[in-house]
Amino acid sequence: MGLAGKLLAAAAVVGCACAAAGWFLSAPVRLDAEEVAKLGTGDAVKGRRIFFAGGCASCHAKPKAEGDARFDLAGGVELKTAFGTFVAPNISQDAKDGIGAWSMEDFANAVLKGVAPSGEHLYPAFPYASYARMKPSDVADLYAFMKTLPAVSGKAPGHRLSFPFNVRRGIGLWKLAYLSDGPVIGLPADASAAVAAGRYLVEGPGHCGECHTPRDFAGGSKKAEWLAGATAAEGEGIVPNITSGEGGIGGWSADDIAGYLETGFTPDFDSVGGAMVDVQKNIAELTPDDRAAIAAYLKAIPPHPNGYPPRKKPES
Amino acid sequence: MRKLVIAISMLAFTGAAASADPIADRQALMKERGKLVGTLAKMVKGEQAFDAAAVLDALKGLEANAEKFDAAALFPAGSDHGGKTTAAPKIWEDTAGFKAAEDKFLADVKAAVASPPADLGGLKAQLGTIGDDCSSCHQTYRIKKS
Repeated sequence: MGLAGKLLAAAAVVGCACAAAGWFLSAPVRLDAEEVAKLGTGDAVKGRRIFFAGGCASCHAKPKAEGDARFDLAGGVELKTAFGTFVAPNISQDAKDGIGAWSMEDFANAVLKGVAPSGEHLYPAFPYASYARMKPSDVADLYAFMKTLPAVSGKAPGHRLSFPFNVRRGIGLWKLAYLSDGPVIGLPADASAAVAAGRYLVEGPGHCGECHTPRDFAGGSKKAEWLAGATAAEGEGIVPNITSGEGGIGGWSADDIAGYLETGFTPDFDSVGGAMVDVQKNIAELTPDDRAAIAAYLKAIPPHPNGYPPRKKPES
Repeated sequence: MRKLVIAISMLAFTGAAASADPIADRQALMKERGKLVGTLAKMVKGEQAFDAAAVLDALKGLEANAEKFDAAALFPAGSDHGGKTTAAPKIWEDTAGFKAAEDKFLADVKAAVASPPADLGGLKAQLGTIGDDCSSCHQTYRIKKS
């Protein structure tokens, strides 16, 4: 074997090793037995709060659904992003078209690990990068609540994504880089219980960072600009900076924030708009303590300037 | 006959009076709405005492404001950009839907003026209706921009 041949063989060996490592590293990881045991039995009454904190209906119910129609989770909402169009699936209790046949463990693997019962990775358009921080008992409560919701037949169409984003296995590598159940913002030991509770709601079920934090080239949240606002990943325009940095909401008191989440009015009596309308209506279903906790957390996090570029030039 | 044609065209002109600066005009109307809603919201929040006369004044102000909100004149073609507008393209794609949202607001404030809330509980419900009108329209027809 000449030098060229040896190099080729070496390259082939390295290439195979990389491919094998990539395949190994990108494998879907499920909850281990210890984590499954923490789920418990689930309490449907408590799960209602988690359903609204998590904003499930915003994507999985029909747009502008009100009242009980928010519980018809047939999916179909399209999220048009730079990676392609994601279509929210049917997560109603229909056994064939929805998730009616899923066990609690199946459900928890989807919510906390982004893994479907089939063993495939789910796309992080389903915000499990945030939900991964949820308490297993809350996930169980949510499962129990969703068991009480109607079965709606009809499968939603599949995602329409371009290469390489249509290769699900690649999500495994994305998860290695971005999936963590640890908190984003470290809190001092003397942080109040409200700030800690707010951190849980915002960083976990509330998944506020999914829209309010800018993303890098691979679609991961830039945690150094946590909640600094972002160019909308889906739709048009920007998502506001909700830190106290320049351009943000430093001028809002904690009561202003909690009041906005309850009524939809800003401190200067403008109203909530865009995709935040559904979010605000969901958060209005939580308790005043929950809203106060979210407000306390937002007042406590590091301030950042806007995470989106300024308007280019004064338009004529 | 000729006079009639002129009269009709003059009527048509006043009906859809072109605004010199539609973006500034519609933003001024929206700002005024915010201020009027603020009068109501401060009472609901408990920052000010319930005052039936002040509530009726604010509701009448909202009614007058909504009457002035002529979508065709305030959102002419081409006013989808410039002047820091946050109007969504959807306004021109779905003009009927946009007008329906505005008509609902007008009908709601008219009804409120006709039967104003007698106490804080009534005001709270009234503010909820108005707030839903605001957010429902802003959900679809406004885009946040930098």
